[in-house]
Amino acid sequence: MDIGALIAAPSELTDASGSKTAIVLMTRIRLARNLSGHAFPGWAKPAQREATLSACRDAITATPQMKRCFNLGVDDLSELERQILVERHLISRELSGSKSGAGVVISKDQTFSVMMNEEDHLRIQVLRSGFQLKKAWSAINDLDSALEDKLDYAFSPTLGYLTACPTNVGTGMRASAMMHLPALVISNQMEKVVRAVNQLGMVVRGLFGEGSDASGSIFQISNQTTLGEAEEEIIKRLQSVLQSIVEHEMNARAKLLEADAGKLCDKIGRAYGILQNSHLLTSGEAMNLLSLIRLGIDLGAFPDANRSVIDRLLIEAQPGHLQHARHEPLEAGQRDVVRAGLLRTEFANFARPDFSFAKGA
Amino acid sequence: MANPLKCDLCSKPATVHLTQIVNNKVHKVDLCEACAQAKGVTDPSGFSLADLLVKASLTPEAAAPSGLRCERCGFTQADFKKHGRLGCPACYDTFRVLVEPMLENMHSGTVHAGKVPHRALERKSLYDRLTKLELDLTEAIKSERYEDAARTRDEINRVKQAFAEKQTG
Repeated sequence: MDIGALIAAPSELTDASGSKTAIVLMTRIRLARNLSGHAFPGWAKPAQREATLSACRDAITATPQMKRCFNLGVDDLSELERQILVERHLISRELSGSKSGAGVVISKDQTFSVMMNEEDHLRIQVLRSGFQLKKAWSAINDLDSALEDKLDYAFSPTLGYLTACPTNVGTGMRASAMMHLPALVISNQMEKVVRAVNQLGMVVRGLFGEGSDASGSIFQISNQTTLGEAEEEIIKRLQSVLQSIVEHEMNARAKLLEADAGKLCDKIGRAYGILQNSHLLTSGEAMNLLSLIRLGIDLGAFPDANRSVIDRLLIEAQPGHLQHARHEPLEAGQRDVVRAGLLRTEFANFARPDFSFAKGA
Repeated sequence: MANPLKCDLCSKPATVHLTQIVNNKVHKVDLCEACAQAKGVTDPSGFSLADLLVKASLTPEAAAPSGLRCERCGFTQADFKKHGRLGCPACYDTFRVLVEPMLENMHSGTVHAGKVPHRALERKSLYDRLTKLELDLTEAIKSERYEDAARTRDEINRVKQAFAEKQTG
């Protein structure tokens, strides 16, 4: 299966320019669901995995949300294709490395994806650009209800949805937001924020989830607990935590401008210069430079319309996407050359920074 | 030392040694490089030793009768200790004594308060009915109303059967 069509198609993450917002890049909710009376994927025998896979696949592809979907088996995907799906947050690293009898169904606009036989039989996900927790919940709740008509979920009246790992039992829900927090990083406040967020029962992770780094000052913040609270309650709590992080980031930006606007302008200006002229860029450096340009957009140094360009590049500069665009496998060193080339081209026509926002600060 | 410390999770030589104080209790854990990485120990911000201890069932409170085995899927207590995940939905019943204290540590509550699927709703109403009938039965026996008790017992059996059908269906 060639996923070229998926990459070429307009998608929520790469093209939703209308709803792009400062600070919150995207909102994501996932639900873990399992079939009653069947061994969880990690314990199931190959034949059992195949059976649950095909039962789940039939149910998922029959929902209205999945009309004209991408229906992919992990076995049929090349390593590169899997990597691309991970970079688009459509599948997890765990699914990408899974044994046979696993797959994913992705909606045409790439807002929904349902992984099959990851840690649980079903991992239903909805992804929305910007800060849209409530809309995301209502969308995923509908898809989940549609699936429930066709599949018999493992559910206990006391423990809720039963999941392979007890950390997900109950609602099986993890709601998260991807946040761009450059000012909190620059002013060394992230550690403090992480501690505070943890105390409120929320977790902070890097861009690609557990164990990933936070290059580009992008963090994922999500609920930690799933049992004992209704979905709406969890979302309400997360929403208020996120809002308070947004406020802290805004304050940190104001303080940076007040204390040393020149230094901030210098960072943004240099990032612009490097992106226009460099010939070697690692993934981490590219992320950090793009992150500074995004901060520049939020501050008014570049037009608002360019925000969606940056968000697209944050994905297209990833190793998998670069190699797909070049139609060939590339070593890390070659990728740095290609990445720098891509960004030089993109930034050749990018508006010059306008630093008038810093005047009088 | 004659015996180097072994990883608490996989028994390879441990190179990462951690001590954390949670609720005034000292927890110690020794891990090999790979497990430390896998559990995110190298990232101090997103890591709680308590979670790890719970996952590896190392807490003294989690000490429970050993050798449990799920009749439905063959998953054993040793498997649970090794994987930190369960074998099938029925394992939640089989390993209840182990899972319940873990859930108390992990979550903000111990009883589900969220969405209930329709099909499960039917099961839930049967379950609630069953609980009520069992109370009635105890009550009837206590007050020596044996005819009522017999009737209630029959009713319990019918509900149980309906429940079992829903469970497997």
